[in-house]
Amino acid sequence: MGEQSFIAHRSHSKGLIGRLSHGLAHAVQHIVDAEDFASRDGLLQRLDPRVKLAAVLALVIVAVASRSLLVLAALLVVTTALASLSGLPVARLFRPVWLGVLAFTGLIALPALLLVPGDVLIRVPGLGWPVTLQGLRSAAFLVARSEMSTTLGLLLVLTTRWAHVLKALRSFGVPMIIVAILGMTYRYVLLLLELAHQMFEARRSRHVGILAPRDGRRIATATAGVLLLRSLEMSGDIHLAMVARGYRGEPRTLDDFAFCRRDWQALVVMIAIAAIALVVGLWSALP
Amino acid sequence: MSANVFELTDVDFAYRDAPALAGLTLAIPAGQRVVLLGANGSGKSTLLRLLDGLSFAQRGTVTAFGAPLTEERFVDDATAMAFRRRVGLVFQNPDVQLFNPTVFDELAFGPLQLGWSKAEILARVGQALESFSIAHLRDRSPHRLSGGEKKRVALASVLVMEPEVLLLDEPTAALDPRSASEIINLLVAARHTGRTVITATHDLDIVADIADHCVVMQAGAVVASGPPARILADVDLLVRTGLAHAHLHVHADGTVHRHHHLHAHGVGHTDKD
Repeated sequence: MGEQSFIAHRSHSKGLIGRLSHGLAHAVQHIVDAEDFASRDGLLQRLDPRVKLAAVLALVIVAVASRSLLVLAALLVVTTALASLSGLPVARLFRPVWLGVLAFTGLIALPALLLVPGDVLIRVPGLGWPVTLQGLRSAAFLVARSEMSTTLGLLLVLTTRWAHVLKALRSFGVPMIIVAILGMTYRYVLLLLELAHQMFEARRSRHVGILAPRDGRRIATATAGVLLLRSLEMSGDIHLAMVARGYRGEPRTLDDFAFCRRDWQALVVMIAIAAIALVVGLWSALP
Repeated sequence: MSANVFELTDVDFAYRDAPALAGLTLAIPAGQRVVLLGANGSGKSTLLRLLDGLSFAQRGTVTAFGAPLTEERFVDDATAMAFRRRVGLVFQNPDVQLFNPTVFDELAFGPLQLGWSKAEILARVGQALESFSIAHLRDRSPHRLSGGEKKRVALASVLVMEPEVLLLDEPTAALDPRSASEIINLLVAARHTGRTVITATHDLDIVADIADHCVVMQAGAVVASGPPARILADVDLLVRTGLAHAHLHVHADGTVHRHHHLHAHGVGHTDKD
C-alpha cells in the first residue's frame, strides 16, 4: 500500500460489504489524522501531557458528579472552545462523537423516559405510554455525561501523541501492564483495520452484482471470524517485533516531560473550572 | 569469546504439533554473511526467531556469543538488553515491524528502549535517515509508505541500533525489482562493516551478492552448506529442496523450452530437458 493507499480511495459501492470497507478506510484515516492533530501547534498541544490528563480526569469526575444539566452544557461549551483553540474542527467532534454517543447512549436511555415515575409530559401516540419529566431528566443526564466524558477523552488523544498519553498514565501510577496493553492496542488497531479492509476488498473483487443483504451479513460475519484468528497471529508478531528491538513493557519517549509556567497556569485554571463546576453542579441540586 | 556467533546443536522446535526445526545443527562464524536458503516451510523464519531470542529451542542447545540462549536468561533486563543491543532482526512483513506514528519515531524506538541519551538518539537517527535515503519520509506515517519504503524503514529501524548481528527474513519478498535492488545495494554497501549478516531467502538472484556462505534447509534441518557458487551450481540440490523447478521459458528468439532456470547472476540457466 503506497501513496495510492486505499485511504485515498473513496468507495461509493452500495451494500453492506461496500459500506464496511468504506467505514474501515475512514477509521484508518481518523487514526492517522489524530497523530496529525497532536503534532500541530495549538493551545492544548503546548501543554504538558500530565496537565491535560489531570484536567481531563477532573472534568470527567465533575461531569459524572454534576446534577445540573446547565453545568454539563457549560462544560461542553468550554471543551468545544478548547478544541477550537487547539485547531480541532468542531465537525470532527460533531458527527463521530456527539451524534455517535447520542445514538448509542440514547438507545440505552430510552426506557428511562417511560419507566421513571413522575409528572407525565406527553403520552406515546397510539400506545398511551407516559413520558415523564423525571424520566426525561434521567435520560438527558445519561446522554450529557456520556457526551461530556467522550468529548474530553477525544480532546486528550487528539491533542497528545499516544506515546505521551501512555507516559503520562505511567507518571500517574497506572500499572505497567495496563499501559503496555494500551500501547499494543494502538499499534495493533491500524493493522487490524487495514487487514479487515483488505479482506472485504478481496471479497468484493470476486463478486459480480449486488449482494442480497442476507448474503452480505453472512459474509461480514464469516470475515469477522477469520479476522479474529488472523488478528491473534498478527498481534503476536507485532509484540515480537517490539521485543526484538528492546521493548520490555515500559513506554519511553524522546521528549522528557517538564513543567513550565504555562503548565502551572493551565493546571490552576483547569482545577478552578472543575471546582466551580462541581460546586455549582452539586449546589443546584439542593432542594 | 567463541569464534562462532551462534552454535546450534540438534535443535528441535514445533508449533503445537507441526515441527518447524528437527535436529538442526549449525554454526555461524562471526563476521560472515550467511544466507539460509530454503523453500516455504523449511524452517528459515523459525530459525531466525530462535537466533533472535524470540523463541527458544524445545530440545537441543543454542548458544549466542558463547552463552546459552535460554528463556530463563532473558528474564533479566540487563541480559535481555545486552542481547538486543547486539542482535537485530528485520521481519519479513514490515507491517508488523512498523508500529510507530512516524518514520522518525520508528527509528528512535529501538535506541529509546536501550536507554541511549537524547543527543545520541537524535544524531544516530539523523544519520540513519540520510544513509537510507529516507530523510524526506521522516514525519510520514509508516502506513502510508510504499512496500519498498517500508522495507527500507524497517531495515533502518534495526541498523540504527548498530547490531553486531543482523538477521533478515526475506528482505526482498514482494518488492518490485527496483525496490529489491535498493535493499540489496544497502546490504552490499554494508559488507565492509564486519557485521555478521544472516539472511533467510528463497530468492536465488540475490545470493551471490549478499552471501559468503550458504546453508540450504529442508524440513527444519540443514541439508547442505558451502560457498554460494558451489550451492548455486548444484541444480539437483536446488530442485530437490524446492528452490528451483522446471518450467516453460520463452527465449529471445521465440523458442519455448522446459528447463530449470535459476535466475542467479553468474550462473545462468541450466537446461535439463
